[in-house]
Amino acid sequence: MTRVFVPRDAAALAVGADAVAAALAREGVEIVRTGSRGLAWLEPMIEVETPDGRIAYGPVAADEVAGLLNAGLLTGGDHAKRLGRPQDLTWLAGQTRITFARCGIIDPVSLDDYRAHGGFQGLARARLIGPAATIDAVAASGLRGRGGAGFPAGVKWRTVAEAPGATKYVVCNADEGDSGTFADRMILEGDPFSLIEGMAIAAFAVGASKGFVYGRSEYPHANATFAAAIEACRAAGVLGDFDLELRVGAGAYVCGEETALLDSLEGKRGQVRAKPPLPAHHGLFGRPTVVNNVLTLATTPWILVHGGEAYAALGTGRSRGTQPIQLAGNVKRAGLYEAPFGLTLGQIVMDIGGGTASGRPVKAVQCGGPLGAYFPPSLFDTVYDYEAFAARDGLIGHGGVVVFDDTVDMAAQARFAFEFCAAESCGKCTPCRIGAVRGAETMERVISGHDVDANLALITDLCETLKFGSLCALGGFTPYPVMSAITHWPQDFRR
Amino acid sequence: MITYEPWSAQRGQEIIDALARLDGATLPIFHALQAAFGHVPPDAVAMIAHTLNLSRAEVHGALTFYHDFRQTPPGRRVVRLCRAESCQAMGGEAAARFLLADLGIGWGETTADGAVTVEAVYCLGLCAVSPAALVDGEPLGRADGLILSQAARA
Repeated sequence: MTRVFVPRDAAALAVGADAVAAALAREGVEIVRTGSRGLAWLEPMIEVETPDGRIAYGPVAADEVAGLLNAGLLTGGDHAKRLGRPQDLTWLAGQTRITFARCGIIDPVSLDDYRAHGGFQGLARARLIGPAATIDAVAASGLRGRGGAGFPAGVKWRTVAEAPGATKYVVCNADEGDSGTFADRMILEGDPFSLIEGMAIAAFAVGASKGFVYGRSEYPHANATFAAAIEACRAAGVLGDFDLELRVGAGAYVCGEETALLDSLEGKRGQVRAKPPLPAHHGLFGRPTVVNNVLTLATTPWILVHGGEAYAALGTGRSRGTQPIQLAGNVKRAGLYEAPFGLTLGQIVMDIGGGTASGRPVKAVQCGGPLGAYFPPSLFDTVYDYEAFAARDGLIGHGGVVVFDDTVDMAAQARFAFEFCAAESCGKCTPCRIGAVRGAETMERVISGHDVDANLALITDLCETLKFGSLCALGGFTPYPVMSAITHWPQDFRR
Repeated sequence: MITYEPWSAQRGQEIIDALARLDGATLPIFHALQAAFGHVPPDAVAMIAHTLNLSRAEVHGALTFYHDFRQTPPGRRVVRLCRAESCQAMGGEAAARFLLADLGIGWGETTADGAVTVEAVYCLGLCAVSPAALVDGEPLGRADGLILSQAARA
């Protein structure tokens, strides 16, 4: 019987995928629920299995299902919503999908599907070559932490492997709190076994027997899918003596910071720890701990199978491999686009994203979440890699790119950055705890036109203190959105 | 609509006991209590502290640190509305103002009839279909004020 693939990704559900699946089921169609291919503007995008491969249709509304079936959906028949073969769509054809190779294609909780698409070959390879060679492969790949900090994964793994101690942990940071990012969620919902396999590889490499995934309460569907994936692995016994547990955070943004995350996992307030000691030496419950982002871990199976050099062959400068870029906000084509480092910001926003959804001019693009800088179109030649962004006082962070049209008020955005920092500060260090509140108050005075020059000078000084005096990136990076807004859009602060 | 059990110390203790053996059990216990009762009742703090051999201050400190945990029951429907940048860029704040004015409440408040609670969240990971919300846990994308109001009152 012909199978129709309907995404169960939360973004697809948010625009009616369940109703489409129900309408197809009523017509007796065999349905496979998958993750999302990442073309959000075409969701719900369904695919039908034909002798010529899968044919996509989208965006499909539930009340169009009968019409689609009449038009010969099950044989890939013509219809206004017919998109053709997914891999021929410009958006997908232009990508290099490594981390997201299976996402949107397989049934995320079917171990058979995962294996049929190359699953568990990386873990098998690691077990064959041993822990030291596994770490060598990850080091040779040049893979850097995709959570935002960009620390070399191989160095981290080696540090934990060499740390003394019988008990070690692998912790996956799935606390994807940055606005404009959803790649972790898509992996958890679309290819959770790749993360589990990556964690098993990391555990094998460093000598850990227990792993934790710290997810988000804002992602109930991701949590349900991931919990089901863990159960499937346990039932099938594919992980050997490695066990892992999903823990769910509770709405604290700062818990995406690795030491705050560890305190939260220990059942405490999610407060940042001073470093050193590094988590690699003194992490969860005081034990040597690997803390890596979802994308970092989910990429390691590919690296083990294809070799570190194959991954390192992609990218630019010291940013090797691919980055799953997440395009969001006021953009015509929003979604996930995985490509080697090296595109320009302009290519990402204008060519891939197609400019704004509203059709108005782009005014600002915030890269790297709420602590990332706002870029004006005059900086669209900035190359998408860690160093090039840092050179322009920005960061790529977790890969979020949020587009704003010309109706945005950058002074309001700068105020929001302070307000967000004030609300989310863990309270441990003074610059962040007090500075964010004072920053929001001072920005309010600027916006009301009160002594603008003096208050902007005060904010600039305050940002210096936050940047250099804060314990972690929450206080340390809040100056990025604030100062970039002041620097690039000075007119918005003098109305 | 999600229906919660009325608070019962015995049920609460059962929930706590079932999770107490976990390493760092406080958050899993808070989540389980909130799933059952809609909030984490003040009475539970001492019970958790006793069971986990923690001080009440430690349990209270952890409970109050996290935005998610409520200490009073929510409305029968909970709308978690994203206020972060991607949703801002797509008119999320205007949609939120419409919804709150329509319900006659502010952020974090419950309507007088106990029907709807609106909570602010910062990113639901639905940024590619902004503005977004979770209505009783179900995702809603491209949600303008009218769509939100209908979902809140449905």
